[in-house]
Amino acid sequence: MQRITDAFAKAKAENRGAFVAYFTMGFPSLEESERAVDDMIAQGADIIELGVPFSDPFADGGVIRSAAYEALKNGTTLNDVLAAAKRLRTKHPETAFVLFSYYNPLFSMGLKAFAEAAAASGIDAVLSVDLPLEERGELLDVLRPHGVSYIPLVAPNTPVERIKDCEAGLENSFLYVITVKGTTGTRTELPADLASRLDALRSVARLPVAAGFGISTRAHAEEVSRHADGFVVGTALVKCLAEGRPPCLV
Amino acid sequence: MKTHYGIYGGQYVAETLMAPLKELEAAYEAAKADPAFAREFEDILRDYVGRESPITHAKRLSGHLGGAQILLKREDLNHTGAHKVNNTIGQALLAKRMGKKRLIAETGAGMHGVATATVAALFGMPCEVYMGAIDVERQAPNVERMKMLGARVHSVTEGSATLKDAMNEALRDWVANCDDTFYVIGTVAGPAPYPEMVRDFQSVIGKEARRQCLEKYGRLPDEAIACVGGGSNAMGLFAGFIDDPGVKLVGVEAGGKGLASGEHAASINGGRLGVLHGSKTMLLQTPDGNILDTYSVSAGLDYPGVGPEHCYLHDTGRAEYSVITDDEALAAFDALCRFEGIIPALESSHALAEAIKRAPKLGKDKLLLVNLSGRGDKDLENVRRYRDAKNN
Repeated sequence: MQRITDAFAKAKAENRGAFVAYFTMGFPSLEESERAVDDMIAQGADIIELGVPFSDPFADGGVIRSAAYEALKNGTTLNDVLAAAKRLRTKHPETAFVLFSYYNPLFSMGLKAFAEAAAASGIDAVLSVDLPLEERGELLDVLRPHGVSYIPLVAPNTPVERIKDCEAGLENSFLYVITVKGTTGTRTELPADLASRLDALRSVARLPVAAGFGISTRAHAEEVSRHADGFVVGTALVKCLAEGRPPCLV
Repeated sequence: MKTHYGIYGGQYVAETLMAPLKELEAAYEAAKADPAFAREFEDILRDYVGRESPITHAKRLSGHLGGAQILLKREDLNHTGAHKVNNTIGQALLAKRMGKKRLIAETGAGMHGVATATVAALFGMPCEVYMGAIDVERQAPNVERMKMLGARVHSVTEGSATLKDAMNEALRDWVANCDDTFYVIGTVAGPAPYPEMVRDFQSVIGKEARRQCLEKYGRLPDEAIACVGGGSNAMGLFAGFIDDPGVKLVGVEAGGKGLASGEHAASINGGRLGVLHGSKTMLLQTPDGNILDTYSVSAGLDYPGVGPEHCYLHDTGRAEYSVITDDEALAAFDALCRFEGIIPALESSHALAEAIKRAPKLGKDKLLLVNLSGRGDKDLENVRRYRDAKNN
């Protein structure tokens, strides 16, 4: 299974950037978040990030934090998100699913048990916000035998030399390029140097490059897609759900 | 540089913070190797903080208990009223050396916030402090002090609105502003190099205490006892005696309403291995890996994690970790007020309560060294409220 690789190849063949959509699962309810995923796939999302709510979302902006707190109030656990993933996998056999989580819920389940459950739920890759290169070994070791990949983050201050190490040993993955220093959240403008940064990254990266954080409009997405293989939209979609609207990128 | 203590510690942070952490590591290594840095640090500790802090023999209290002699390492006599300032001076000096323009900090009881605001004023740097809304209320005098010193205090209303949430917010600030901002962490937690760096800056407590004990009593103490929230005053005390196997090291966690009640902040005694705020450590968490709200009468101990080196010392058996409840801490608070004329911080009262438990079982020739990590002025209102609630 190379769903992530395939998603980027397909988007490239269609001369567009791959659309990665993030949802905090369990917000506003587990059912509604699953329906939102269905909606986005119908609207052309290539890869879905299934966000696991966490009590201490220190890398997130206000919108996703509120969604996480709400999801936790609804009792959403990692197990619930994995069960949702399993249902979504059955409905959408082609779509790539990335489990997006802080590290503690994964670690707390027991890494081996987690890797087995993730594979059984049809998860293609895991992204952990607070698990940099230096610490990711123990997770990658248990994911690898199950054919579950990992998505490394690249920050504005990540040195070029480090990118080689970040993508080393990973297949069926992409580099998630954080556009700004800061938390997740919508921004009215993309950073001025983003285009040149993405161009530079793409010239050294072996994996596809997708940019995220602050991409809130279709115009942003199109602009980014000229310099990257894909784009990630999270907050703007979660915001739709918070306002009681179906998720949609405008 | 050492990033792990056995299985504990590490650098579990967002990728954006890896570059600032590496920059910090390099700067700290360079500073450690520079005698001028150590000299400046020591000068400020002497001339500004008023070190060294004395050791006081709690004669009446020891006599009343009828057993071991209780000695108090008087960190409460430091400028700003607690041990926290030892660390903030070290980190602010490092910030200056790195050319950082702005200091941020998280605070629980407010002592670390006050100590950071103090050094920010001393070095002429702007300072912003994140503090949980509940702590802002229960430690109001410290909020006033921070403001007086020119710091901006942000009240954090999210989550449990205590120290962990303040730390989340400080991390968000740091991620966004890491180019010009130095994050002054107040305890031996957080990602490497913070646990080691904070321990090193606080080790002045243990080194002084060791020398003072030898000078005054011609011997080392039998036990060195300190309260543990994140664990900086304890690590600072332990650092002086870690290579003296004859000195028992005792950390005291906040038992709140008792371990069985679930309302406590005893991460080592009541927690499970996990990852939070940059390190792998013992955490109070749900079966699903979400972080639990903690409880302690003492705001400074009200944190769901603990410094990774404490977990390591616990595993290796070099240190032992006990639990003291609110009631026991309050009784110790009273005892020190009445027997010795010293009003201790509620945090330090936990360490004292452990000594009060142990002393009667030991001979009169035994020495229990307690780190009196802070003074209790900030807690008067809390103590009154606690009593009122008990009497009703």
